[in-house]
Amino acid sequence: MKRALLAAFIVVLLFLPQLTGGVYYTNLASQALIAALFALSLNLLVGYAGLVSLGHAGYLGLAAYSFGWLMTHLGWGHLAAAVAALAVTTVMAGIFGLIALRAAGISFLMITLALGQILWGLAYRWSSVTGGDNGISGLTRPSPFGIDLGNPNNFYYFTLVVFLLVWAAIANWVRSPYGASIRGTKDQPRRMSALGYNVWLIRWTTFIVSGFLGGVAGLMYVYYNQFISPHSLSLANSAEMLLMVIAGGAGTLSGPVVGAALVVLLKNVASAYIDRWIMLLGLVFIFIVMFVPGGIVAGLSRLRRPRLPAGAGPEKTPAESAPAVEKTA
Amino acid sequence: MSAVIEVNDLCKSFGGLQVTRSVNLRVEQGERHLLIGPNGAGKTTLFNLIAGDLRPSSGSISLLGKPVTRSSTAMRAQLGLARTFQIVTLFGRDSLLHNVKLALMGKSPMRRRHWGSFERNRALSTRALQVLHSVGLADKAQWPLEQTSYGEKRRLEIAMALAQDPQVLLLDEPLAGLSTEERETITTLLRGIDPSITIIMIEHDMEVALAFADRITLLHYGEVILAGTRQEVVADPRTREIYLGH
Repeated sequence: MKRALLAAFIVVLLFLPQLTGGVYYTNLASQALIAALFALSLNLLVGYAGLVSLGHAGYLGLAAYSFGWLMTHLGWGHLAAAVAALAVTTVMAGIFGLIALRAAGISFLMITLALGQILWGLAYRWSSVTGGDNGISGLTRPSPFGIDLGNPNNFYYFTLVVFLLVWAAIANWVRSPYGASIRGTKDQPRRMSALGYNVWLIRWTTFIVSGFLGGVAGLMYVYYNQFISPHSLSLANSAEMLLMVIAGGAGTLSGPVVGAALVVLLKNVASAYIDRWIMLLGLVFIFIVMFVPGGIVAGLSRLRRPRLPAGAGPEKTPAESAPAVEKTA
Repeated sequence: MSAVIEVNDLCKSFGGLQVTRSVNLRVEQGERHLLIGPNGAGKTTLFNLIAGDLRPSSGSISLLGKPVTRSSTAMRAQLGLARTFQIVTLFGRDSLLHNVKLALMGKSPMRRRHWGSFERNRALSTRALQVLHSVGLADKAQWPLEQTSYGEKRRLEIAMALAQDPQVLLLDEPLAGLSTEERETITTLLRGIDPSITIIMIEHDMEVALAFADRITLLHYGEVILAGTRQEVVADPRTREIYLGH
């Protein structure tokens, strides 16, 4: 069932430009995929490690500005600038992690918020490097293997490849033994240390991977817009990413994708009809938080599986629930 | 014999409140050591200091001959320390099997593996099932933990600590809140633990605890009032006055 859904989803994604037949929709789909990349990377932190961050747009900014500055000021080529931008973002995530992980819970959130705001302030005020309010414009998309990504269709497929790669990598990581330990530190950090796990290191690693993938998303963002300004690093943007994760379903693989699609669609489609579309977005979130607090994906799977009567025990009998084991150990 | 745990002049204050005052404790290998004292005597604090969840204000701790006063909880666990908590501290949304597998993986290099499936790891699952079998929980291996009884959770806690093949085991009130029947199950389980494993236990059920203990330390307001063999401590009038009295 799950596999069939996944296959259907991928097929739809593959033929989306043909199905919708319009540059507008193809670009919209690219935007949604990029937003999903952000949500997926943030979800590692929020959903799996249980560390709620409000500074994720900072990585978008770091990657995008590093890339833009290297290209426009130093005249670097596409590949070198992209690799350097990712390196800068990853190193910065490491440093931010050192600072933010001194705390947990609401203090962690406040520190990530502060760090994000520092980056936003830098983008805004350090005009000689960032162009201040005007940002950096005149950026171009790369042409890997001679494929012109200036073409919306090509760009969509490029984004889709990056998205699927990141998705597969995350899916593989969270189900690995290390992934199990990440979820363990979310639920019972004290028990995890008592069991011999280095909880701090597990969180820091997750923080860095989340930052790196946020940087990947940031690169895609700047490729798409070919422009970066302080607005993209704003707290509102960080909050929007967090809302995508929570609305879709934190700690699930599909939740952030659904949440991202929802936000991007609302933003673009609803804003064509209603001026106060942000209010509509707010109402949708209030509805989700009130009626499906686990997120849309959790809500949908609850609809599919009726609840057991109280005290009925688990749905499987021990006989049919013998642990699934790999043939080759 | 060398001491497996040696605590010297250990002090811990929370602000102005001194909860551990110059505590000395020496536990030999294979010893069953009982910590008693009224509520607020600092027994659990002492456990948290030994396990590494709290840093002492002064004094030193050594574990298996190695100084660990500044070591992290995880490092102490890697050296061979395992514990249970006073309040059930388990992974409620996961299955019993998943809980045990996490315990087993904690001391295996597999915990650093970033690929492959945790759920479908055959070696880990097989060992975890054996552990569950040894505490009579194998038939509930796939049950989500939150759907099991309190007694079963306590049993699982001990099973997880034992799964780590520890040299020292800290048991914080393993019998608290259990029915008579469940107490018996746990008592049998405790009696069956490898005699070479050193155990320090906090327990208020004197009937079980006294039968179990070789040596006893009596704590009161964070201080060691009395330490000695079971007979010595039980016979001492101060034990009656402070603890067994009222």
